[in-house]
Amino acid sequence: MIKKTVHNVEAALEGVQDGMTFMLGGFGLCGIPENAIAELVRLGITNITCISNNAGVDDFGLGLLLQHHQIKKMISSYVGENDEFERQMLSGELEVELTPQGTLAEKCRAAQAGFPAFYTPAGYGTEVAEGKEVREFNGKMHVLEYAYEADFSFVKAWKGDEAGNLIFKGTARNFNPSMCGAARITVAEVEELLPAGSLDPNEIHIPGIFVQRIFQGEHFEKRIEQRTTRTRN
Amino acid sequence: MLDKIGIAKRIAKEVKDGYYVNLGIGIPTLVANFVREDINVEFQSENGVLGMGPFPFEGDEDADIINAGKQTITTLPGASFFDSTTSFGMIRGKHVDLTILGAMEVADNGDIANWKIPGKMVKGMGGAMDLVASAENIIVAMMHTNKAGVSKLLKKCTLPLTGVGCVKKIVTNLAVLEVTPQGFKLLERAPGVSVEDIKLATEGNLLIDGDIPEMMI
Repeated sequence: MIKKTVHNVEAALEGVQDGMTFMLGGFGLCGIPENAIAELVRLGITNITCISNNAGVDDFGLGLLLQHHQIKKMISSYVGENDEFERQMLSGELEVELTPQGTLAEKCRAAQAGFPAFYTPAGYGTEVAEGKEVREFNGKMHVLEYAYEADFSFVKAWKGDEAGNLIFKGTARNFNPSMCGAARITVAEVEELLPAGSLDPNEIHIPGIFVQRIFQGEHFEKRIEQRTTRTRN
Repeated sequence: MLDKIGIAKRIAKEVKDGYYVNLGIGIPTLVANFVREDINVEFQSENGVLGMGPFPFEGDEDADIINAGKQTITTLPGASFFDSTTSFGMIRGKHVDLTILGAMEVADNGDIANWKIPGKMVKGMGGAMDLVASAENIIVAMMHTNKAGVSKLLKKCTLPLTGVGCVKKIVTNLAVLEVTPQGFKLLERAPGVSVEDIKLATEGNLLIDGDIPEMMI
Protein backbone atom coordinates (compact mmCIF):
# COMPACT_ATOMS: atom_id res chain seq x y z
CA MET A 1 0.00 0.00 0.00
CA ILE A 2 1.29 3.43 -0.93
CA LYS A 3 0.42 5.79 1.85
CA LYS A 4 -1.02 9.19 0.93
CA THR A 5 -1.97 10.56 4.32
CA VAL A 6 -0.67 13.89 5.57
CA HIS A 7 -1.34 15.08 9.09
CA ASN A 8 -3.11 18.34 8.51
CA VAL A 9 -4.15 20.98 6.03
CA GLU A 10 -0.81 22.83 6.35
CA ALA A 11 1.07 19.75 5.17
CA ALA A 12 -1.54 19.09 2.49
CA LEU A 13 -1.02 22.49 0.91
CA GLU A 14 2.76 22.53 1.07
CA GLY A 15 4.17 24.01 -2.12
CA VAL A 16 1.29 26.30 -3.11
CA GLN A 17 2.58 29.61 -4.42
CA ASP A 18 1.50 32.94 -5.83
CA GLY A 19 0.45 32.76 -9.47
CA MET A 20 -0.49 29.09 -9.50
CA THR A 21 -3.55 27.51 -11.12
CA PHE A 22 -5.87 25.47 -8.90
CA MET A 23 -8.84 23.22 -9.60
CA LEU A 24 -11.44 23.22 -6.86
CA GLY A 25 -14.32 20.76 -6.70
CA GLY A 26 -17.89 21.62 -5.75
CA PHE A 27 -21.19 22.78 -7.19
CA GLY A 28 -22.40 25.92 -5.49
CA LEU A 29 -21.34 25.32 -1.88
CA CYS A 30 -21.99 21.57 -2.15
CA GLY A 31 -18.87 19.41 -2.00
CA ILE A 32 -16.35 22.25 -1.84
CA PRO A 33 -12.90 21.75 -0.25
CA GLU A 34 -13.66 24.03 2.71
CA ASN A 35 -10.50 23.28 4.63
CA ALA A 36 -8.16 23.89 1.69
CA ILE A 37 -9.92 27.18 0.91
CA ALA A 38 -9.57 28.34 4.53
CA GLU A 39 -5.86 27.50 4.41
CA LEU A 40 -5.38 29.37 1.10
CA VAL A 41 -6.96 32.40 2.77
CA ARG A 42 -4.64 32.01 5.78
CA LEU A 43 -1.55 31.65 3.57
CA GLY A 44 -2.56 34.82 1.74
CA ILE A 45 -1.15 33.72 -1.60
CA THR A 46 -2.27 35.90 -4.48
CA ASN A 47 -2.55 36.08 -8.26
CA ILE A 48 -4.12 32.66 -8.43
CA THR A 49 -6.24 31.20 -11.20
CA CYS A 50 -9.15 29.06 -10.00
CA ILE A 51 -10.94 26.47 -12.11
CA SER A 52 -14.21 25.87 -10.30
CA ASN A 53 -17.79 25.62 -11.53
CA ASN A 54 -18.93 28.44 -9.24
CA ALA A 55 -17.31 31.14 -7.16
CA GLY A 56 -19.00 30.57 -3.81
CA VAL A 57 -21.08 33.22 -2.10
CA ASP A 58 -19.90 36.54 -0.68
CA ASP A 59 -18.76 35.15 2.68
CA PHE A 60 -18.16 31.45 2.04
CA GLY A 61 -16.36 29.13 -0.35
CA LEU A 62 -14.29 30.83 -3.04
CA GLY A 63 -16.03 34.08 -2.09
CA LEU A 64 -13.54 34.23 0.79
CA LEU A 65 -10.58 34.27 -1.62
CA LEU A 66 -12.35 36.93 -3.71
CA GLN A 67 -12.93 39.07 -0.62
CA HIS A 68 -9.18 39.07 0.00
CA HIS A 69 -8.39 39.80 -3.67
CA GLN A 70 -6.31 36.64 -3.96
CA ILE A 71 -7.83 35.52 -7.25
CA LYS A 72 -6.53 36.91 -10.54
CA LYS A 73 -8.68 34.77 -12.81
CA MET A 74 -11.76 32.58 -12.43
CA ILE A 75 -12.70 29.83 -14.85
CA SER A 76 -16.32 28.92 -14.13
CA SER A 77 -19.67 28.18 -15.75
CA TYR A 78 -21.94 30.11 -13.41
CA VAL A 79 -21.07 32.99 -11.13
CA GLY A 80 -24.45 34.27 -9.89
CA GLU A 81 -25.15 34.41 -6.16
CA ASN A 82 -22.01 36.45 -5.53
CA ASP A 83 -22.19 40.27 -5.54
CA GLU A 84 -18.49 40.81 -4.87
CA PHE A 85 -17.65 38.56 -7.80
CA GLU A 86 -19.93 40.50 -10.12
CA ARG A 87 -18.48 43.80 -8.89
CA GLN A 88 -14.85 42.68 -9.45
CA MET A 89 -15.72 41.27 -12.85
CA LEU A 90 -17.61 44.32 -14.14
CA SER A 91 -14.86 46.67 -12.82
CA GLY A 92 -12.19 44.60 -14.59
CA GLU A 93 -10.27 43.70 -11.39
CA LEU A 94 -11.01 40.04 -11.97
CA GLU A 95 -10.42 38.15 -15.18
CA VAL A 96 -13.24 35.69 -15.90
CA GLU A 97 -13.42 32.87 -18.41
CA LEU A 98 -16.98 31.54 -18.60
CA THR A 99 -17.13 27.99 -19.92
CA PRO A 100 -20.14 25.72 -20.50
CA GLN A 101 -20.51 23.42 -17.51
CA GLY A 102 -20.17 20.13 -19.38
CA THR A 103 -17.13 21.46 -21.21
CA LEU A 104 -15.54 22.57 -17.95
CA ALA A 105 -16.04 19.12 -16.44
CA GLU A 106 -14.66 17.42 -19.54
CA LYS A 107 -11.59 19.70 -19.70
CA CYS A 108 -10.77 18.46 -16.19
CA ARG A 109 -11.41 14.84 -17.09
CA ALA A 110 -9.32 15.20 -20.26
CA ALA A 111 -6.40 16.37 -18.11
CA GLN A 112 -6.96 13.41 -15.77
CA ALA A 113 -7.21 10.88 -18.59
CA GLY A 114 -4.41 12.16 -20.83
CA PHE A 115 -6.44 13.61 -23.69
CA PRO A 116 -4.92 16.87 -24.94
CA ALA A 117 -8.21 18.09 -26.41
CA PHE A 118 -11.67 17.02 -27.53
CA TYR A 119 -14.57 18.20 -29.69
CA THR A 120 -17.92 19.17 -28.21
CA PRO A 121 -21.05 20.68 -29.77
CA ALA A 122 -21.55 22.97 -26.73
CA GLY A 123 -21.07 26.65 -27.49
CA TYR A 124 -20.88 26.34 -31.28
CA GLY A 125 -22.10 29.57 -32.88
CA THR A 126 -21.75 31.52 -29.61
CA GLU A 127 -19.02 33.83 -28.28
CA VAL A 128 -17.58 30.87 -26.34
CA ALA A 129 -16.42 29.40 -29.66
CA GLU A 130 -14.80 32.60 -30.94
CA GLY A 131 -11.25 31.97 -32.14
CA LYS A 132 -11.52 28.22 -31.57
CA GLU A 133 -11.15 25.48 -34.15
CA VAL A 134 -14.46 24.02 -35.29
CA ARG A 135 -15.14 20.83 -37.19
CA GLU A 136 -18.14 18.99 -38.58
CA PHE A 137 -18.89 15.45 -37.47
CA ASN A 138 -21.99 13.61 -38.73
CA GLY A 139 -23.48 16.82 -40.09
CA LYS A 140 -23.11 18.73 -36.83
CA MET A 141 -20.60 21.43 -35.89
CA HIS A 142 -18.27 20.95 -32.92
CA VAL A 143 -15.75 23.14 -31.08
CA LEU A 144 -12.23 22.01 -30.15
CA GLU A 145 -11.58 22.41 -26.42
CA TYR A 146 -8.24 21.78 -24.68
CA ALA A 147 -7.51 19.93 -21.44
CA TYR A 148 -6.78 22.20 -18.46
CA GLU A 149 -3.33 22.45 -16.94
CA ALA A 150 -3.25 23.04 -13.21
CA ASP A 151 -0.73 22.93 -10.36
CA PHE A 152 -3.03 21.65 -7.62
CA SER A 153 -6.47 20.03 -7.49
CA PHE A 154 -8.36 20.49 -4.23
CA VAL A 155 -11.20 18.01 -3.86
CA LYS A 156 -13.57 17.02 -1.10
CA ALA A 157 -14.85 13.50 -0.50
CA TRP A 158 -17.03 11.86 2.13
CA LYS A 159 -14.79 8.94 3.05
CA GLY A 160 -11.24 8.12 2.16
CA ASP A 161 -8.50 5.76 3.22
CA GLU A 162 -4.75 5.92 3.74
CA ALA A 163 -4.20 4.74 0.17
CA GLY A 164 -6.04 7.80 -1.17
CA ASN A 165 -9.14 5.92 -2.28
CA LEU A 166 -12.23 8.13 -2.23
CA ILE A 167 -15.99 7.77 -1.85
CA PHE A 168 -18.28 10.73 -2.41
CA LYS A 169 -21.75 11.38 -1.04
CA GLY A 170 -24.88 12.56 -2.87
CA THR A 171 -24.50 15.51 -5.20
CA ALA A 172 -21.35 16.57 -3.33
CA ARG A 173 -19.63 14.32 -5.90
CA ASN A 174 -20.11 16.75 -8.84
CA PHE A 175 -16.75 17.97 -10.24
CA ASN A 176 -14.58 16.35 -7.57
CA PRO A 177 -13.90 12.97 -9.26
CA SER A 178 -12.94 14.55 -12.61
CA MET A 179 -10.46 16.87 -10.90
CA CYS A 180 -8.60 14.00 -9.19
CA GLY A 181 -5.33 13.42 -11.01
CA ALA A 182 -6.05 16.35 -13.32
CA ALA A 183 -3.40 18.60 -11.75
CA ARG A 184 0.24 17.98 -10.85
CA ILE A 185 -0.77 17.39 -7.22
CA THR A 186 -4.23 16.33 -6.04
CA VAL A 187 -5.13 17.08 -2.44
CA ALA A 188 -8.23 15.34 -1.07
CA GLU A 189 -9.92 16.39 2.15
CA VAL A 190 -12.36 13.90 3.60
CA GLU A 191 -14.92 13.88 6.39
CA GLU A 192 -13.72 10.50 7.54
CA LEU A 193 -10.23 9.11 6.97
CA LEU A 194 -9.99 5.36 7.49
CA PRO A 195 -7.19 2.77 7.62
CA ALA A 196 -6.48 0.94 4.35
CA GLY A 197 -8.74 -2.10 4.12
CA SER A 198 -11.74 -0.37 5.74
CA LEU A 199 -13.39 0.54 2.47
CA ASP A 200 -14.83 -2.12 0.17
CA PRO A 201 -12.80 -1.97 -3.10
CA ASN A 202 -16.11 -2.44 -4.96
CA GLU A 203 -17.43 0.83 -3.58
CA ILE A 204 -14.47 3.11 -4.39
CA HIS A 205 -15.36 6.02 -6.71
CA ILE A 206 -11.81 7.30 -7.23
CA PRO A 207 -8.77 5.01 -6.86
CA GLY A 208 -5.87 6.34 -4.81
CA ILE A 209 -3.54 6.52 -7.81
CA PHE A 210 -5.23 9.84 -8.70
CA VAL A 211 -4.57 11.34 -5.25
CA GLN A 212 -1.20 12.47 -3.86
CA ARG A 213 -2.23 13.78 -0.45
CA ILE A 214 -5.22 12.98 1.75
CA PHE A 215 -6.24 14.38 5.13
CA GLN A 216 -9.25 14.48 7.37
CA GLY A 217 -10.74 17.97 7.38
CA GLU A 218 -10.87 19.54 10.81
CA HIS A 219 -14.14 21.31 10.24
CA PHE A 220 -16.89 21.06 7.64
CA GLU A 221 -19.58 23.71 7.88
CA LYS A 222 -21.43 22.34 4.80
CA ARG A 223 -23.47 25.48 4.42
CA ILE A 224 -26.78 25.22 2.52
CA GLU A 225 -27.22 27.83 -0.18
CA GLN A 226 -30.98 27.49 -0.80
CA ARG A 227 -32.80 25.80 2.04
CA THR A 228 -36.04 24.58 0.47
CA THR A 229 -38.47 22.39 2.39
CA ARG A 230 -42.10 21.29 2.44
CA THR A 231 -44.25 21.13 5.53
CA ARG A 232 -45.34 17.83 7.04
CA ASN A 233 -49.08 16.90 6.83
CA MET B 1 -53.34 35.01 -20.37
CA LEU B 2 -51.34 32.54 -18.28
CA ASP B 3 -49.25 33.18 -15.20
CA LYS B 4 -46.03 31.25 -14.47
CA ILE B 5 -47.99 28.40 -12.91
CA GLY B 6 -50.20 28.22 -16.01
CA ILE B 7 -47.14 28.00 -18.28
CA ALA B 8 -45.74 25.20 -16.09
CA LYS B 9 -49.08 23.35 -16.20
CA ARG B 10 -49.24 23.55 -20.00
CA ILE B 11 -45.65 22.34 -20.40
CA ALA B 12 -46.32 19.46 -18.00
CA LYS B 13 -48.61 18.03 -20.69
CA GLU B 14 -45.56 17.63 -22.96
CA VAL B 15 -43.96 15.24 -20.48
CA LYS B 16 -44.63 11.67 -21.59
CA ASP B 17 -44.45 8.28 -19.91
CA GLY B 18 -40.88 6.94 -19.79
CA TYR B 19 -39.21 10.32 -20.25
CA TYR B 20 -35.98 11.43 -18.59
CA VAL B 21 -36.38 15.19 -18.21
CA ASN B 22 -33.97 18.02 -17.39
CA LEU B 23 -35.61 21.10 -15.89
CA GLY B 24 -33.94 24.50 -15.87
CA ILE B 25 -34.19 27.10 -13.12
CA GLY B 26 -37.35 29.24 -12.76
CA ILE B 27 -40.66 28.31 -14.45
CA PRO B 28 -39.23 24.95 -15.68
CA THR B 29 -38.66 23.83 -12.07
CA LEU B 30 -42.40 24.27 -11.41
CA VAL B 31 -43.26 21.79 -14.19
CA ALA B 32 -42.41 18.84 -11.92
CA ASN B 33 -45.40 19.72 -9.71
CA PHE B 34 -47.92 19.24 -12.51
CA VAL B 35 -46.80 16.07 -14.29
CA ARG B 36 -49.56 13.41 -14.40
CA GLU B 37 -49.24 10.99 -11.53
CA ASP B 38 -50.11 7.92 -13.61
CA ILE B 39 -46.94 8.14 -15.74
CA ASN B 40 -43.34 7.28 -14.92
CA VAL B 41 -40.87 10.11 -15.38
CA GLU B 42 -37.39 10.72 -13.95
CA PHE B 43 -36.00 14.20 -13.43
CA GLN B 44 -32.31 14.76 -14.06
CA SER B 45 -30.37 17.60 -12.49
CA GLU B 46 -27.06 18.33 -14.17
CA ASN B 47 -25.17 18.66 -10.89
CA GLY B 48 -25.41 14.87 -10.64
CA VAL B 49 -28.73 13.29 -9.74
CA LEU B 50 -31.33 11.30 -11.62
CA GLY B 51 -34.63 10.53 -9.92
CA MET B 52 -35.09 13.81 -8.08
CA GLY B 53 -37.97 13.99 -5.63
CA PRO B 54 -39.75 16.86 -3.87
CA PHE B 55 -38.21 19.24 -1.33
CA PRO B 56 -37.39 17.54 1.99
CA PHE B 57 -39.56 17.91 5.06
CA GLU B 58 -38.38 20.63 7.40
CA GLY B 59 -35.47 19.28 9.41
CA ASP B 60 -34.56 16.63 6.83
CA GLU B 61 -32.46 18.92 4.59
CA ASP B 62 -29.11 17.45 3.58
CA ALA B 63 -26.40 19.88 2.41
CA ASP B 64 -25.03 17.08 0.22
CA ILE B 65 -28.26 16.60 -1.76
CA ILE B 66 -29.20 19.58 -3.90
CA ASN B 67 -30.46 20.35 -7.41
CA ALA B 68 -28.88 22.57 -10.06
CA GLY B 69 -30.64 25.57 -8.50
CA LYS B 70 -28.71 24.76 -5.27
CA GLN B 71 -32.00 23.94 -3.52
CA THR B 72 -32.18 21.09 -1.03
CA ILE B 73 -34.07 18.14 -2.54
CA THR B 74 -34.85 14.49 -1.92
CA THR B 75 -34.47 11.43 -4.14
CA LEU B 76 -37.07 8.86 -5.15
CA PRO B 77 -36.68 5.07 -5.24
CA GLY B 78 -34.50 4.20 -8.26
CA ALA B 79 -32.49 7.42 -8.02
CA SER B 80 -28.76 7.64 -8.67
CA PHE B 81 -25.92 10.09 -8.08
CA PHE B 82 -23.03 10.61 -10.47
CA ASP B 83 -20.23 13.02 -11.29
CA SER B 84 -20.45 16.02 -13.63
CA THR B 85 -18.82 14.34 -16.64
CA THR B 86 -21.29 11.45 -16.44
CA SER B 87 -24.11 13.94 -16.07
CA PHE B 88 -23.13 15.84 -19.20
CA GLY B 89 -22.50 12.52 -20.93
CA MET B 90 -26.21 11.83 -20.43
CA ILE B 91 -27.01 15.22 -21.92
CA ARG B 92 -24.45 15.30 -24.77
CA GLY B 93 -25.13 11.65 -25.56
CA LYS B 94 -28.84 12.42 -26.06
CA HIS B 95 -30.02 10.10 -23.29
CA VAL B 96 -32.23 12.82 -21.82
CA ASP B 97 -35.59 12.92 -23.65
CA LEU B 98 -36.79 16.42 -22.87
CA THR B 99 -35.11 19.66 -21.81
CA ILE B 100 -37.18 22.55 -20.50
CA LEU B 101 -35.48 25.88 -19.95
CA GLY B 102 -36.09 29.60 -19.69
CA ALA B 103 -34.92 32.24 -22.17
CA MET B 104 -34.45 35.98 -22.55
CA GLU B 105 -34.90 35.81 -26.34
CA VAL B 106 -35.73 33.19 -28.97
CA ALA B 107 -35.38 33.77 -32.72
CA ASP B 108 -37.70 32.33 -35.36
CA ASN B 109 -34.87 30.06 -36.58
CA GLY B 110 -34.59 28.44 -33.13
CA ASP B 111 -31.63 30.47 -31.80
CA ILE B 112 -31.77 31.11 -28.05
CA ALA B 113 -30.17 33.71 -25.75
CA ASN B 114 -30.40 33.29 -22.00
CA TRP B 115 -27.06 33.82 -20.26
CA LYS B 116 -25.78 37.34 -20.57
CA ILE B 117 -26.82 40.98 -20.96
CA PRO B 118 -23.60 42.77 -21.97
CA GLY B 119 -22.56 45.39 -19.42
CA LYS B 120 -25.45 44.59 -17.09
CA MET B 121 -25.80 40.99 -16.07
CA VAL B 122 -23.32 38.17 -16.45
CA LYS B 123 -24.19 35.14 -14.41
CA GLY B 124 -22.83 32.60 -16.85
CA MET B 125 -24.30 29.88 -19.00
CA GLY B 126 -24.06 27.07 -16.45
CA GLY B 127 -25.14 23.93 -18.28
CA ALA B 128 -27.43 25.70 -20.74
CA MET B 129 -24.99 25.69 -23.69
CA ASP B 130 -24.34 21.97 -23.29
CA LEU B 131 -28.07 21.27 -23.01
CA VAL B 132 -29.19 23.28 -26.04
CA ALA B 133 -26.32 22.05 -28.24
CA SER B 134 -27.22 18.40 -27.77
CA ALA B 135 -30.85 17.98 -26.72
CA GLU B 136 -33.20 17.08 -29.55
CA ASN B 137 -36.37 18.05 -27.73
CA ILE B 138 -36.11 21.53 -26.22
CA ILE B 139 -39.08 23.49 -24.89
CA VAL B 140 -38.62 27.08 -23.81
CA ALA B 141 -40.77 28.45 -20.98
CA MET B 142 -40.94 32.25 -20.87
CA MET B 143 -43.07 35.36 -20.94
CA HIS B 144 -43.96 36.45 -24.47
CA THR B 145 -42.68 40.00 -23.91
CA ASN B 146 -40.21 41.58 -21.49
CA LYS B 147 -41.15 43.98 -18.68
CA ALA B 148 -41.06 46.90 -21.11
CA GLY B 149 -43.55 45.09 -23.36
CA VAL B 150 -40.98 44.29 -26.05
CA SER B 151 -41.32 40.94 -27.82
CA LYS B 152 -38.95 38.13 -26.80
CA LEU B 153 -39.83 36.16 -29.95
CA LEU B 154 -37.63 37.80 -32.54
CA LYS B 155 -36.40 37.59 -36.12
CA LYS B 156 -32.87 37.60 -34.73
CA CYS B 157 -31.61 37.54 -31.13
CA THR B 158 -29.99 40.77 -29.96
CA LEU B 159 -28.27 39.25 -26.89
CA PRO B 160 -25.25 36.88 -26.95
CA LEU B 161 -26.44 33.45 -28.05
CA THR B 162 -26.60 30.32 -25.93
CA GLY B 163 -27.16 28.05 -28.92
CA VAL B 164 -28.09 28.14 -32.59
CA GLY B 165 -31.15 26.64 -34.27
CA CYS B 166 -32.03 24.43 -31.32
CA VAL B 167 -35.39 25.45 -29.83
CA LYS B 168 -38.29 23.26 -30.97
CA LYS B 169 -41.24 24.58 -28.99
CA ILE B 170 -42.08 27.65 -26.92
CA VAL B 171 -44.77 28.02 -24.27
CA THR B 172 -45.44 31.60 -23.18
CA ASN B 173 -48.13 33.39 -21.19
CA LEU B 174 -49.91 34.00 -24.53
CA ALA B 175 -49.32 30.99 -26.76
CA VAL B 176 -47.78 27.65 -27.69
CA LEU B 177 -45.57 27.93 -30.76
CA GLU B 178 -43.46 25.52 -32.76
CA VAL B 179 -40.23 26.56 -34.45
CA THR B 180 -40.41 25.61 -38.15
CA PRO B 181 -38.12 26.40 -41.11
CA GLN B 182 -40.59 29.22 -41.95
CA GLY B 183 -40.68 30.70 -38.45
CA PHE B 184 -42.88 30.49 -35.34
CA LYS B 185 -45.96 28.39 -36.10
CA LEU B 186 -48.82 29.31 -33.77
CA LEU B 187 -50.31 26.13 -32.29
CA GLU B 188 -52.47 27.28 -29.38
CA ARG B 189 -53.75 30.48 -27.75
CA ALA B 190 -53.82 31.02 -23.98
CA PRO B 191 -57.29 31.42 -22.51
CA GLY B 192 -58.71 34.87 -23.29
CA VAL B 193 -55.93 35.73 -25.74
CA SER B 194 -56.70 36.47 -29.40
CA VAL B 195 -54.59 35.69 -32.46
CA GLU B 196 -54.35 39.46 -32.92
CA ASP B 197 -52.85 39.86 -29.40
CA ILE B 198 -50.22 37.23 -30.25
CA LYS B 199 -49.41 38.87 -33.59
CA LEU B 200 -48.84 42.19 -31.83
CA ALA B 201 -46.55 40.60 -29.23
CA THR B 202 -44.44 38.62 -31.75
CA GLU B 203 -41.65 40.37 -33.65
CA GLY B 204 -40.37 37.24 -35.43
CA ASN B 205 -42.09 35.62 -38.40
CA LEU B 206 -45.42 34.19 -37.23
CA LEU B 207 -47.31 31.53 -39.20
CA ILE B 208 -51.03 31.31 -38.61
CA ASP B 209 -52.73 28.41 -40.33
CA GLY B 210 -56.51 28.11 -39.95
CA ASP B 211 -58.34 28.29 -36.63
CA ILE B 212 -56.02 28.39 -33.62
CA PRO B 213 -57.48 26.44 -30.69
CA GLU B 214 -57.39 27.65 -27.10
CA MET B 215 -55.03 25.74 -24.79
CA MET B 216 -56.41 22.97 -22.63
CA ILE B 217 -54.84 23.11 -19.20
